[in-house]
Amino acid sequence: MTESSSKNANVVAECLRSWNAKAVAEVIEFRGETTIVVPRELLRATAERCREDAKLQYNFLTDATCVDRTPAEPRFELNYHLVSIPRREKVRLRVWVSGNDPVVDSLVPVWPGANWLEREVFDLFGIRFTGHPDLRRILLPDDWEGHPLRRDYPVEGYRDVPNTGELFRKSSTP
Amino acid sequence: MTTVETAVGTAKTMVLNMGPQHPSTHGVLRILLELDGETVVKAVPDLGYLHTGIEKSCEDKTYSQAITLTDRMDYLNPLGNNLVYCLAVEKLLELEVPKRAQYIRVMMVELQRISSHLVWLGTHAIDLGAMSVFLYCFREREEILKIFELFTGQRMMTSYIRIGGVALDPPAGWRQAVERFLKMMPSRVDEYETLLTENRIWIGRTKGIGYISVEDAIALSMSGPTIRAAGVAYDNRKAFPYSSYEEFNFDVPTRTESDCYARYLIRVAEMRESLKIVRQAFGKIKDEGPIKAEAPGIIPPQREKMKTEMEALIYHFKIFTEGFSPAPGEVFVTVESPRGELGCFIASDGSPKPLRVHFRGPSYINLQALPKLIEGQLISDVIACIGTIDIVLGEVDR
Repeated sequence: MTESSSKNANVVAECLRSWNAKAVAEVIEFRGETTIVVPRELLRATAERCREDAKLQYNFLTDATCVDRTPAEPRFELNYHLVSIPRREKVRLRVWVSGNDPVVDSLVPVWPGANWLEREVFDLFGIRFTGHPDLRRILLPDDWEGHPLRRDYPVEGYRDVPNTGELFRKSSTP
Repeated sequence: MTTVETAVGTAKTMVLNMGPQHPSTHGVLRILLELDGETVVKAVPDLGYLHTGIEKSCEDKTYSQAITLTDRMDYLNPLGNNLVYCLAVEKLLELEVPKRAQYIRVMMVELQRISSHLVWLGTHAIDLGAMSVFLYCFREREEILKIFELFTGQRMMTSYIRIGGVALDPPAGWRQAVERFLKMMPSRVDEYETLLTENRIWIGRTKGIGYISVEDAIALSMSGPTIRAAGVAYDNRKAFPYSSYEEFNFDVPTRTESDCYARYLIRVAEMRESLKIVRQAFGKIKDEGPIKAEAPGIIPPQREKMKTEMEALIYHFKIFTEGFSPAPGEVFVTVESPRGELGCFIASDGSPKPLRVHFRGPSYINLQALPKLIEGQLISDVIACIGTIDIVLGEVDR
């Protein structure tokens, strides 16, 4: 399994390098999974290449998610998980996004399925996607403050939740 | 509050708010429908009513504590959620699970798939006006829940699959219980088919409704029965086998019509395939053997050992106070849930709590295609389309 995955890593990296020497910043292999780190400005072009190239055929975007590595900078690690249904291979595209300027190109023009996935990342991490057709909050209410999945957002939230014990006491007093 | 920009002139169309309290939205889904007469011009789903922040809560728990949270996402597939989470942690730890535990996992997950499809079929049929199918389906689902109760002590939130194996040895009498179910079920599936497959009302309500092309289905990242009804034989159990699925013989049913009726036929066929897998797993599970991996410091030691060995006692204490620390890195594991590709992404920073846990809920992503399915159709077809995507709002909102 590890052998075939490292073979796939080579195929993807070579393919992308021969197309654009700058497209692959780093290739990481961990537990049989391949991660291609892509420069932020080349994300959309690389994703398009992954889908169109006859050797790669990554036609299915399965997931997009973010990891907040604060206090490191760049802080956000954005991961796109691609699957090639005909080749039965997976790959992860990764871009680093700075905390001061959390903007990255949207992949909705490449895969329309990225729409809600990117909205979720926008909602919970506050990363903005340029070129996204409908960048609104999706899971939280529109007027919510902050982005809960950032590491500096407390698990209990910011707002004081009414203490039910007190409510109970208040209602029982005559 | 979501507002909807109307697509056509204001005088001709009206905006109807469907949900979040609507029986046919299967939970708390809200859809803003712009209607021209009875035809849907535009549909905007609005979600988040059931958002509980499970992913955030996971970051504050040790790896083994988070298992109970996974049960509560897709509440029709708790065992599948346990499985995908445990597979991801096991991959992170490079843990080898004993074959016997793998077969038990496969059997339980396939039973879960049947029970989930039964709930789907029953509720979908009741949405479209076929009351009795619901009662038939829930009768058999009850039998499966009884098997779960026998194995795990719980009917729904089982938390049975644990890191490195399963929680308990199969109990006394499990073979009789599963055998009885296997004997009964095939004829019951036939029974549902006699009620629906050639039923003229059923065909009228589902055939040709909610069509989506193969290209659109792939572009919108749809998975599971919805994409197989469009003609793509993409099934994680075959494409990326896990938990010894490569040793099992089963087919991946596909169709090309890509409408609600095709999705119904796919799910019924999948129930039969799952029965095949359960039968094979039933034969493969030996009466004796380990159900957990050998990994001191990660897998809690047996009660008996703790009474005689000091090391076991120390490990037990450390696992439940501090937890264990996998190597730093990221893994992404996918399994085939009843609804499609269920994924789990875990990023570890080398501490006993995960840095990030993310679940790729198939309901969430399949629901994205809903506007594509219903725009241009009648309002009564909206019900059929929501049902046929098979969403569980607990998983959509997480």
